[in-house]
Amino acid sequence: MEQEAKCCACETLGTPEQAAQLKAVIEESKSTPGCLMHILQEAQGIYGYLPMQVQKTIAEGLGMSLSEVYGVVTFYSQFSLNPKGKNRISVCLGTACYVKGSDKVLEEVEKELGIKCGECTEDGLFSIDSCRCVGACGLAPVMMIGEEVYGKLTPDKVKGILDSYREATK
Amino acid sequence: MTIKELDAIRASKKELIDVRRLVKEQAEKLAANTGYRKQVLVCGGTGCTSSHSMQVIEHLEKTLKEEGLDDVLVVKTGCFGLCALGPIMIVYPEGAFYAQMTPEHAETVVKQHLVPGGEIVKELLYKGTVMEDGSIIPFAETPFYKKQMRIALRNCGVIAAEDIDEAIAAGDYQAIEKVLTSMTPDEVINEVLASGLRGRGGAGFPTGRKWMFAKASQGDIKYVCCNADEGDPGAFMDRSVLEGDPHCVLEAMTIAGYAIGAHQGYIYVRAEYPVAVQRLKIAIAQAREYGLLGKNILGLGFDFDIDIRLGAGAFVCGEETALMTSIEGHRGEPRPRPPFPAVKGLFGKPTILNNVETWANINPIIVKGAKWYASIGTEKSKGTKVFALGGKITNVGLVEVPMGTTLREIIEEIGGGIPNGKKFKAAQTGGPSGGCIPADLIDTPIDFDNLVAIGSMMGSGGLIVLDEDTCMVDISKFYLEFTADESCGKCNPCRIGTRRLLDMLTKITEGKGEEGDIEKIEALCEHMKASSLCALGQSAPNPVLSTLHHFRKEYEDHIKEHHCEAGVCKALLNYQIDKEKCIGCGMCAKNCPVSAITRTDYVAPGHKLASFEIDPAKCIKCGVCMGNCKFHAVERK
Repeated sequence: MEQEAKCCACETLGTPEQAAQLKAVIEESKSTPGCLMHILQEAQGIYGYLPMQVQKTIAEGLGMSLSEVYGVVTFYSQFSLNPKGKNRISVCLGTACYVKGSDKVLEEVEKELGIKCGECTEDGLFSIDSCRCVGACGLAPVMMIGEEVYGKLTPDKVKGILDSYREATK
Repeated sequence: MTIKELDAIRASKKELIDVRRLVKEQAEKLAANTGYRKQVLVCGGTGCTSSHSMQVIEHLEKTLKEEGLDDVLVVKTGCFGLCALGPIMIVYPEGAFYAQMTPEHAETVVKQHLVPGGEIVKELLYKGTVMEDGSIIPFAETPFYKKQMRIALRNCGVIAAEDIDEAIAAGDYQAIEKVLTSMTPDEVINEVLASGLRGRGGAGFPTGRKWMFAKASQGDIKYVCCNADEGDPGAFMDRSVLEGDPHCVLEAMTIAGYAIGAHQGYIYVRAEYPVAVQRLKIAIAQAREYGLLGKNILGLGFDFDIDIRLGAGAFVCGEETALMTSIEGHRGEPRPRPPFPAVKGLFGKPTILNNVETWANINPIIVKGAKWYASIGTEKSKGTKVFALGGKITNVGLVEVPMGTTLREIIEEIGGGIPNGKKFKAAQTGGPSGGCIPADLIDTPIDFDNLVAIGSMMGSGGLIVLDEDTCMVDISKFYLEFTADESCGKCNPCRIGTRRLLDMLTKITEGKGEEGDIEKIEALCEHMKASSLCALGQSAPNPVLSTLHHFRKEYEDHIKEHHCEAGVCKALLNYQIDKEKCIGCGMCAKNCPVSAITRTDYVAPGHKLASFEIDPAKCIKCGVCMGNCKFHAVERK
């Protein structure tokens, strides 16, 4: 039982390096008023998401209740309670993209990967999210994979783009 | 830094900037004094970097080095506005406007144009600048730029966005110098009041009045905030200002700080705008280093500093009280007003909050005077407004026009009309809080009050053009999905109202609408407007009400006739095969994912094979058959 509980970052603070980084972020910011959001953003940068143990550590470090921290985490769409894929796909569903058919692009991505928006593939290679406007409306419809922006998309371009990421990891 | 040192920077870079602003002949004369024979400005805004302008810059610099051209200056600027044709690159002093650049094109331009004695590469220029007879007109005279008037965007696409010296030479920090040396706080506020400037974030509240209330509030600690949480999908003008001219925002906030007696500012910016955040960080660091932020600004005894706070993806945080709650590190839920932020805002202290575009107007108002500013625009809406043109329009991009410009001028002249020969149906302004303007109101002069009168609102300035292929019921459903998702849940009218509205709209788009649904929707909308806590819930019904007002028949068609004119609502569509046109090739049946298409016994006159038919019970209305039929035999009804 004890062994099982320590198997993932939900119950521990990840690697010692990650734990040390988190501690440093908390120490550095905790005297600034309104620092919780900043610390959560940094923590998500360290872990890729916000496991419960990380939230507990932040709550303790700031002298707040866990429910307060959890309330903030679940309020903002940027924060995630689940791990994301190695390649984070984000399909823009802002108005400019929507009227140009980004919903069909999202459908195609979901079909191609066999998962729904908000989920992560079993091999951890891809996760899909939708977003509201990356501001590249001139290229609508767009999706982002990591930091890379793919514009002027049509559903039939999706497979080729995803294949290039599959190739890259082989 | 002292004023003298500031002047020295202005003088040293003045001619460099002037080359980019003057007409060709004057610019060519001036270029000799700058030490650079040519200047190449490449857009480094999000639009163009997404279409790989960074690779263009890299390749440009590499080729210049190889060719040994050290008298050509490469400048990474903010947005030029014509995002649809990015990456964009302008060569001065001649003002040659190159569009849709690739690294290979950049190499061609270096070898044919930038070398001594080189000529403009006509085939790579923006088509709008090349006339039929082959002559080249300045880009400022093309339909896209001609009717524009750039006040807020004055430096975007003109200066190197990460270079404070260029910003200073282009006029930034001239206003703070004037304010600190020759104006009292009251004079500053009176100037802003007299200019008639109204908040560009959406509601259009007079900026000067906001400042006046905050100044009148007692307290030793006050705050100045900048709303850069541009959440309206399809609006990106604030991002462009931050990416192209971040210093103008820092300067304006400092001026407001002086006017109301605040010494600390916060910029609340979306984390989804990484380029803007980076440029802001650089700008703040540079301004501190130059003594234009921090203690004793310009040695004139005034202290003011600014910190950045990153948003985390919540639309409601664009609402002023929610934004302040978020800066405080909590869930970004709005608070009831009063007390207004000018009395009790951030951390319980008097606070003013203006959005990025509003801040971008402050410097010109102070430098050129309120009278000049008030001479632009309409009676009650002064100055200019930046719009992000998007959707079904040729020139997608950023435009700034005087208030009172008509929608027709923006769409047909500046925007270049609707692509693919489609018909204009409506323009959506104000995002999820706004409404749709139908084709018969296209000649309405756009200002704050006219837009409200026709059931929409200015909002932050997203202007999405819809053509005949857009279903208005589907569009209002799209906005309700957005607001239902983004409702913070604090007050019932918004939390439950948006959900119920969305349910009813979904029902209609699925062909399950009933008599009386429209009336129920209208009643719910009125309740939400009257009783929601903040602007999100109060304005969430706007997209529904305005489409109902202007396109009621479309709703009725969906409900009574089970018909979607635009062919968007899948449940209401029917695919049929015209048996006279069908040649019986079977491409439709072969590609149908659910095997809903089978051969009939009927052979049309003149054809050899029997035609096909679709079983409506099996059809999932994906439209694949229609895409595969080369003989236009598949129809959608």
